Amino acid sequence: MMQPLLDVEDLWVRFPSRQGVFDAVRGVSFTLGRERLGIVGESGSGKSMTGRAILRLIRPPGIVEAKQISLEGVDLMQKTEKEMRSVRGQKISMVMQDPKFSLNPVMSIGAQIIEAYRQHNKASQADAYAKSLEMLEAVSIRDADRVMRAYPHEMSGGMGQRIMIAMMLIPNPQILIADEPTSALDVSVQRQVLDIMDKLVKDRGMGLIFISHDLNLVADFCDRVLIMYAGRIVEICKADELAQAKHPYTRGLLNSLPRLDAPRDHLEVLQRDPEWSLAPSVSGRVL
Amino acid sequence: MLDIDALNVWFGSGRDRVDAVKGASFSVAGGESFGLVGESGSGKSTILRAIAGLAPQWSGRMVVDGQTLGQTRPKSFYKTVQMVFQDPYASLHPRHSVDQVLGETLQLHGFADIDARVVKLLEDVGLGQKFRFRYPHQLSGGQRQRVAIARALAPEPELLLLDEPTSALDVSVQAEILNLLVDLRRTRGLTFLMVSHDLSVVGHMCERLAVMKGGEIVEVMDVEALRRNAATHPYSQSLLAASI
Repeated sequence: MMQPLLDVEDLWVRFPSRQGVFDAVRGVSFTLGRERLGIVGESGSGKSMTGRAILRLIRPPGIVEAKQISLEGVDLMQKTEKEMRSVRGQKISMVMQDPKFSLNPVMSIGAQIIEAYRQHNKASQADAYAKSLEMLEAVSIRDADRVMRAYPHEMSGGMGQRIMIAMMLIPNPQILIADEPTSALDVSVQRQVLDIMDKLVKDRGMGLIFISHDLNLVADFCDRVLIMYAGRIVEICKADELAQAKHPYTRGLLNSLPRLDAPRDHLEVLQRDPEWSLAPSVSGRVL
Repeated sequence: MLDIDALNVWFGSGRDRVDAVKGASFSVAGGESFGLVGESGSGKSTILRAIAGLAPQWSGRMVVDGQTLGQTRPKSFYKTVQMVFQDPYASLHPRHSVDQVLGETLQLHGFADIDARVVKLLEDVGLGQKFRFRYPHQLSGGQRQRVAIARALAPEPELLLLDEPTSALDVSVQAEILNLLVDLRRTRGLTFLMVSHDLSVVGHMCERLAVMKGGEIVEVMDVEALRRNAATHPYSQSLLAASI
């Protein structure tokens, strides 16, 4: 196989606390090619921390350690904070869960997208405006001219999230990390946002890391899935084979979902085995 | 048990008026579990809030247990109807312990044997004695939602209004809470009115459901019909297609 876009080896995220050091992510390894990689797990399983650690967004006192986090052969762990600034946004960008908190409420949407574009590209105001308009249309926002002048509070959740995607994709990054991008949205809008993201990722040949707690959504949308439990990867499988997953944790999660086609009196409750968190992390590296 | 007829709910006035619910009618029999589904902004939660007396501007007719509801609710109303809210992180007082939360509710409803009842309530929702003196920040999301359910059960209501009780929880915890609700309904003979955006959750919990869009009920159907994929309204069909 060709060189992967991103190679993460033995990633640890630690938080020192009064009760000792808490390990949020414990020795996670995976690679990302030009594919859609899903990371699923419950809250507290370390999936978001993994996404943030790749961009070195963990603030002190949190500690990130890894043998390597390489972007096309260049180790991000060795970069200075200043050098990281040219990676964030330009090479790897991230869409967060809630658009309400990630857009600046006192700046018009147009100004924010133009700023994102000009941060990394030398372009005149007029060029940047035209490019932003084009990008908004690419995420199927009608009436893009009006939206450019509008402020975030005037937008619905689904529109806000599409605007975030437009803003994250305008510098043309190689990797997009989407952290629960559709959890705050309705099912009907969810589909729409996913389709747009899918199309853009495919057209540009990007790598996508899709972090979610929703197993069915990930099975539907991704190529490969990592299942995380207590800071470790417990299982890796192809997305279309998720239904045949073997690890008892994955099985438990799948069985605890209510299903319309299979009515039951009681739902199955996940029985946690302390063994799961002791077993070493499964490597998701494909080399 | 519950009869809603031509219910309108609105917020604001003049040109800022928003009609959140428009002419909604449905009825729920005693012991039944009825679901309301729809996207955000469709007015499903507003109906619950109107029943509970949390939406002041409404017109139409609401009958609970034979009592026609007026603008103000008598104290006895809250002995019949209780509500569980969506976000267990926001609906518990951060500086009241579980004991205070339940004790205060019981005291307000005029119970004398508060101590014994608190113990019983905690057992009923699957939390042991050891949780009694904890504060909300010492509890997980699922445990908090159990406390919120215990609080709603404290006055021994007959009708429970459930506003997305599991949407803030992980799927594994969701299964535990849904099982708890199923058991409580059976042992206490409760009537549920449940709001959810998740069709499969409503399919699991309810016998009948209403699909809402833009403040109106577009279709009322049996869960059996939902399972057979026999929705008639195009909007319910698209909702069903999006969630499978």
